[in-house]
Order: sequence, then structure tokens, then C-alpha cells
Amino acid sequence: MSMITAAQGRFVSTFVPRKRRGVELMLLVLALILGVGAYALVGIGTEGKVPTDIVGYGSGLVVLALVAHVAVRVKAPYADPVLLPCVVALNGLGLAMIRRIDIGRLAQDPQSHTYATQQLIWTAISVLGFVLTLVVVRDHRRLQAFTFTMGLAGVVLLLLPLVPLLGVNINGARIWISLGSLSFQPGEVAKICLAIFFAGYLVVKRDALALAGRRFAGIDLPRGRDLGPIVLMWLISLGILVFEDDLGSSLLFFGLFVVLLYVATERASWLVVGVVLFAAGAYFSYLAFAHVQTRVQGWLHPFSNPDLYYQIIQGQYGLAWGGILGRGWGQGSPQLTPFAWSDFIGDSLGEELGLTGLMAIIVIYGLIVERGLRTALICRDPFGKLLAVGLAMAMALQVFVVLGGVTNLIPLTGLTTPFLSYGGSSLLANWAMVALILRVSNHARQPMPDLSPPRADDDTQVIGRR
Amino acid sequence: MNKPIRILAVFCLVLFALLLFNINYVQVLQAQSLNDHAGNKRVQDAECSRQRGPILVDGRTVAKSVPSHDRLHFVRHYDHPLLYAQATGFFSCYYGTRAVENSENSILSGSDPRLFVNRIVDLVGNNEPQGGSVLLTLDSKAQAAAWHGLQALPGQTRGAVAALDPRTGAILALASTPSYDPNLLATHDFTKAQAAWKRLTAHGADRMLDRATQQIYPPGSTFKLVTAATALSNGYTPNSIVKGGASLPLPQSTAVLHNENGSNCGGNQITLTQALVVSCNVSFGDLGLSLGAKRLQAQAERFGFNQTYLNQLPFSPSVFPTNIDEPQTALSAIGQYDVAASPLQMAMVAAGIANGGAVMKPYIVDEVRSPDLAVLQRAQPEVLHQAVSAQVAGELTQMMVAVVTSGTGTPAQIPGVEVAGKTGTANSSASRSPYAWMVTFAPANDPQVAVAVLIERTGVSRADITGGGLAGPVAKAVMEAVLNR
Repeated sequence: MSMITAAQGRFVSTFVPRKRRGVELMLLVLALILGVGAYALVGIGTEGKVPTDIVGYGSGLVVLALVAHVAVRVKAPYADPVLLPCVVALNGLGLAMIRRIDIGRLAQDPQSHTYATQQLIWTAISVLGFVLTLVVVRDHRRLQAFTFTMGLAGVVLLLLPLVPLLGVNINGARIWISLGSLSFQPGEVAKICLAIFFAGYLVVKRDALALAGRRFAGIDLPRGRDLGPIVLMWLISLGILVFEDDLGSSLLFFGLFVVLLYVATERASWLVVGVVLFAAGAYFSYLAFAHVQTRVQGWLHPFSNPDLYYQIIQGQYGLAWGGILGRGWGQGSPQLTPFAWSDFIGDSLGEELGLTGLMAIIVIYGLIVERGLRTALICRDPFGKLLAVGLAMAMALQVFVVLGGVTNLIPLTGLTTPFLSYGGSSLLANWAMVALILRVSNHARQPMPDLSPPRADDDTQVIGRR
Repeated sequence: MNKPIRILAVFCLVLFALLLFNINYVQVLQAQSLNDHAGNKRVQDAECSRQRGPILVDGRTVAKSVPSHDRLHFVRHYDHPLLYAQATGFFSCYYGTRAVENSENSILSGSDPRLFVNRIVDLVGNNEPQGGSVLLTLDSKAQAAAWHGLQALPGQTRGAVAALDPRTGAILALASTPSYDPNLLATHDFTKAQAAWKRLTAHGADRMLDRATQQIYPPGSTFKLVTAATALSNGYTPNSIVKGGASLPLPQSTAVLHNENGSNCGGNQITLTQALVVSCNVSFGDLGLSLGAKRLQAQAERFGFNQTYLNQLPFSPSVFPTNIDEPQTALSAIGQYDVAASPLQMAMVAAGIANGGAVMKPYIVDEVRSPDLAVLQRAQPEVLHQAVSAQVAGELTQMMVAVVTSGTGTPAQIPGVEVAGKTGTANSSASRSPYAWMVTFAPANDPQVAVAVLIERTGVSRADITGGGLAGPVAKAVMEAVLNR
């Protein structure tokens, strides 16, 4: 640990704590111009004029962004200034695209269900959730006390859709629960619970997992009894894959666990074990389950069955139609792709904003992930580090799995695109995730409390600033 | 724990780089092939809603895009739809394109590389891209004469006319009956378009078939022009004595070749000119035997048989059979057996003779212009083959003039103009009426138009069907229309 501590110390020593809230506000203005401007352009592109509700819509978005900003200013003044503007920009772009697809679908069928207004309401609820997270979680380290509660909650949430009457099968995947008229994707919230659980569990267990074991072929292999948790996680992931037909969540949770195991123990052998287990699981489910084969076939040869892979093909057509510069807001036909407003919103944006716009959006996600990992780097407590890594990696994996799926880089799996896709549970969970990263970030970036000078025999894990 | 975090950051960089590379691949490298995929509705809709350029005949619009006031913005409209359907073809959102709408699609739709600068200007000016215009070679008067000539025949006529400028190969008239209304397919109403498509493609109707270029028929006696050309190119003269008489027993078989109506062609020994004037089967069957299948085939191919020389319209190559025995050669020499020609092909035979033996490559697109009317391309007449020498062409012309002045082709006579021609009455089978043909050009000393007329079926009793009688007046009307313009 001593080497790490030294590195950490060196880093911290060069860091000057600054609040940077003004920067955040300036970036927020840019993000709002992007979101509200997109909404106006949707109206111009489809109906030839700025939409009449632009004032109400625009002020709604501005107020929500300001509420979030003020909450950060008050409750996490030292938090990273880039994260919130990135999220607001994505949320605004998503709203504009959902509105645009509503218009396209209404033109085809005046009876179509519309999503944009509902999504704006969800955005408001999510910002509320964001503020509440910042208010309630005043110090992320307190979450460590709820390690096993969160673990249990996560597993229960994941398994809820399998409960008869409660779980519903929507579009082939049993990842929804239905309460009256509301449907909810518990996996999105489970993501946060499990990130907290993994972080809390691994902080305690990491020494045992890291130090014991045998060396084989140049790799330090873990002890058999330490394999327990990873095997359990693997089985749960396989269960999600098999019983809920949800490749995306399965990959996400297992990947998250393996990644955190690696960070906690600093042992690459866990990555090897994880990758081997994942590859084996994926291969056997490919052999055993027709729905997995269907996904792989649709990835490799979508044109082999144009009816079955209609959605993938339409998504590809949309991307191709967008080309380098895109058709422009309201000028493409994203509504031709089924679920263009949820899973396939990446293709819709690629069609209307083109390669250029879609690349910019991916880079925004890259920024979010990078800011999350940076938070982990400068965070001083191991739980906070693991939590920030977990949240950032969950975002990275989810973005990769869903955008990779809809652009046919990897087999298509059902996951929402964070902040862009229509869907309340996803939006709420992702805003809460960002709130947690900001919470850790605030802690990491704020000035150290004035500690008494360290004694020579003090624990090396407590680092004082000069 | 910072080292693994830094490694993870690199790992995330790789993940995002993969995403970025992949969309570059899909949206740039793969885009063209995805856009070209059949059934890509985005591309179809865009093609369909584009303001296509007009198709013009004699400077007047025959096909244009007009505002449709629906989601596709523009609909294709055809003036005189029945008259020009074979030339313009159709443009349908659901059934694709045909004829010039198909072959000149890139210009009409505006996607042609030659319109690149216009597209950039449109892009900068935020205007919808516009298509260029296509001027056809058709002569509106000749076209009308051909169409009305066919319509004037009694009953449900099936037939076709092809007229060429012998000097260039420009198609002056292209008519086929029954015709169809391309507006029915251009409609944005899918139900209506589908109903029209079903009706037009229904078995037996073949209303969209272009009989002038797309269908091949036994050319009958009109093919004797090719046989005569072979003979003249192989030492015969118009005054050479050939076998006449009433019948020709075919070698290697018991079949006997007779003349129409049992005539003896005016004697057992007649001149080649006389044989052509009375369309003597015995003479030409015998000529075919002495010239041989190889020479006949080579000559036919120099006129364009067995070749594809037109891609601007739906096209079937005309056929002269290969590897045939002697009786088949004799039958082929009089345009029977497996010999089959489109009316366009027979017009090219006449045009080649008219043009001093040089067969010009036929074309229907005269000029292509950008939306701002700059000429992008003007047709360059091309020689397809030198079919016969100028001398042989001159001799054939004189023989064909004799056919019209004193032989089977008298109905094609035009007062004050020397007309050259050849008739044909081809029996395909005993159960159906014969095909009536007339192939002409005029004026014989300065040819400006070559015409082939085919009547496949019409409301005339079998005994009254002759090439000269049925097809002659139509050919005459088309020639007059061109000469009086």
C-alpha cells in the first residue's frame, strides 16, 4: 500500500481546492442553449416554425437546471463542475429527440402515444431525486453502513420482475414491474444499490482477496474459498440472462463486480477469472438458449431475416441516412425505427445529427465517465474510491452496451441510453448516480479538515496536506 | 487503488474509441451500401419526395414533378400519358422506375455527379436539391402519327411503331399499343397504385410491355432485306438471276417451301429485284441455302441482331439463331423459324440501308441539362456497324423503291416523295393471325426517316391481313409527319 499512498500523496499535494461553481453555471448555460435550441429546431424542422410551447418548455428546463445547480452550490460546493452540465445537455437533447419522434409518429398515426411531456415530468422528478440525494446523503461514507442492506435491496430489485403478477414482459425482456398503471424498471435502481454494496463489501474484503492465493503460470490465482462471491455474482448474472432475457443488465452487473474486484485488490487475476467466467457463461447460453442465438444472428447477419431484425436494420438505415452531417432536426425519419425514443435513441440522434452529433454525444458520455474516474482517483477514502469507480464504470459499461448494440458493434441488448432514452426509472436512477458521484467528488475536492500534525507512527492511510 | 483506476480509464477510452470507430464505419464507409439496400424506406421516401427534373419532347414537358400537398411534397405527373408512356416510363414510390425515368434517374433525381456543384449550392442555400431535365429525341408529330395510326386500326389492336433518323440513330417515334397511364403508378396512394399495378401487369394484358423495343417477333418477309444484303455483298447484283417458281423442296427433309397465295413469283428464273418486289419465298429460301447460315448470321449481326445496343429503354436483343441446319437456314432466310426481331431492330435494318450501309446506334436521350439549364450532355451519334457497303446500300434502296412503286408496298407511297420499303406477313402458327410488318424509309435519295411498323393482332379477318395493307398506312403517316415538319 505504501507505494500507492505515495502516489496519492503526490497527487493531492498539487491539488488546490476550488469551488468552480461559476464554471459550472457557464457550462450549464451552454448545455441549456443546446437543449432548448434543439427543441426550437425540432419545431422548425418539422412544422416550419418555432414551437409555440418553447417558452414554457425552455423555462421549465432552465428552472430544473438552476435548481440542480443551486443544490450543488449549497450542498456540494466543491463538487466537479463538468458533470452537471454534461447531464443537462444530454437530458435536453433526449427531450428534443423524444419530442421530434412524437411528431413523426403523430404524422403517421394521429392516435399514437406521445412521450415528450411525460419525459419532461420525469426530468422534474429526477432533478428532485438528484437534490434529495445530495440533501439526504451528506457524506457518502455513511452509505457504507448500509452495505448489506443495499446488497439485499439490489438482488431483490433485480429479481422482482420474476415475481408473478408483479413482473411484466415488455418487448421480450422480463425486466419490468407493474404497479397499477405505472411500470418500472427496477434494474436501473439496482445498479446504484449494487455499486454501493460492491464498494462496501470489497473495502472490507479486499485484503483477504488480494493477499491469499497461489501463483500459477505467472498469474496470482485467488484461493478457492475466495471465489465464492464472484461465482455467486456470476450465477445471478446468468440468472438474469436466462430468466429475464436481459443480456444488457447481466453483462453490466457482472462487469461492474469484476471491475471493482480488480480495483479493490489490484490483482489483474480477477479480471482474468471474470473474463473467463463471462466468456464461458456467454458461450454456454449461446448454445443453450434460442433467444441468445437470435441476438447474435441479428448482430452478424441482420439481413438474413429482415422481418425478425427489422429494428436493427432500420437503425442501421437511420445511421446511414444521417451520414456525416445528419439530416438535421426534424428532417430525418427516426420514427421508422421501432422504439426510436427509448433503446434506439442513439440511432435517432445519429440520423438527425449525423456522425458528427453522435460522436459529440459519445464524447459527452466519455467526459462523464472520465470525471467519475477522476473523482475516484483524488478521493481519499477507499470506500469513496470504489463507489466512484463503480458508478462511473456502470455508466461506461451501460453506454457501451447500449450504443454498441444499436450501432451493431456488439449484439443488441435491452438497456436504456442514460439521460437520453425515454423512461422514468432510468432517468431517476442516472440522476441519482450523478448526485452520488458529485457527493464523493465534493468530499474529494474540498479542503482537508484541519488535522493535528501527523505523528511519526501514525497510520499511513491518513494523509495530511502540507 | 489508483493504478487499476488509471488502467480502467484507459479501458474506458478503448470502449469509447470502439464506439466512435464503429459509427464512423457505419455512417461513412457502410452508408452507401445501406442506402442502396432494396426496401430502405428512408431512401425511397426521399427519392419519392424529390422535385425531379422534367422530361421534354420538342421543348414541351411530358413528365414533371408537381406539388402534392402531402408528406412527400411532390408527385410525378405525365401529360399525354398513353402517348409517351413507353418512352418516359413511370416513376413510382412503390414500384420503382422504368424506361427513361429509370435510365436517366441520376440526372432527373439530381444525384448525378455532374450535378455536384448544384447540390453544393442547394446545400449552402438550404434549398431542396432539384433534378436536371432530359430532352428526348422523339418528334411529337411523328409520335402522334404513330400512336393515332395504331389506334385507328379496328378492334383491340396490339402493335408497335419505331421510327429512326437514319443519319443519327435518334428515335423519332416509339409507340406501342395497348399503352398505359404512368400517372396511375405515380400516385402516392398505395392502395390505388397497387390496384393499378395489378391491373397493368395482369397476365395476358401486358399493357406495360414496350412492343417496339422489348418484344421480338418473327420478322417474316421484312427479313428478306437482310438476306438480299447478304447476297449483294457476296457477288450478286440486283439483276442476278435467282430461282423462282412456286415451290422449293427443302434438303434433308420432306418439307416444301411455298410462296404466299401459291404464286410462282413471275417465272422460274427471275431477277433478285423481282424476287424482292414480289417477296418470293422460293427465291430467298434458295438464296439462303446457297449463301449459308454463317453468312446470313454475320450479316444479321452487322445490322444489330444478337446484340444489346440500347440501355435507355427496356430492351430485348433480336435473335438470329446459331448452329442451324439447311432447312432451318432456308426458313431463316425468309424471316421464319427462330428468327425474331423487335420493331426497333427492323427500323435499324431500314435505317442502315438508308444511311449508306452505316447502322447508327439508336438513342432516345437527346440532351441532358442541369436545373439551371446548362447543357451537361448532348447525344453523340455513333456508328454501330457498317452493315453493307455504300454501293450495296444503294442497290438495296433501288430494289426497295421498286417494292413501294410496283410491289407489295404500294400503300406506303407518298405523292412527290420517293419511298423505299418492304412488307412482311409472318405466319407464326396456324392458330393465330399472322404478324403484319412494314419497313420503310424516305425520301429514298436523301433519307430522313426510317420506320418499322408491326401489327401483332387487330380486328381484321385473317385473309385480309397483309403487311402492306395494315402496316403500310401507319408507316406512311409517320414518314409524312417527319417530312412535313
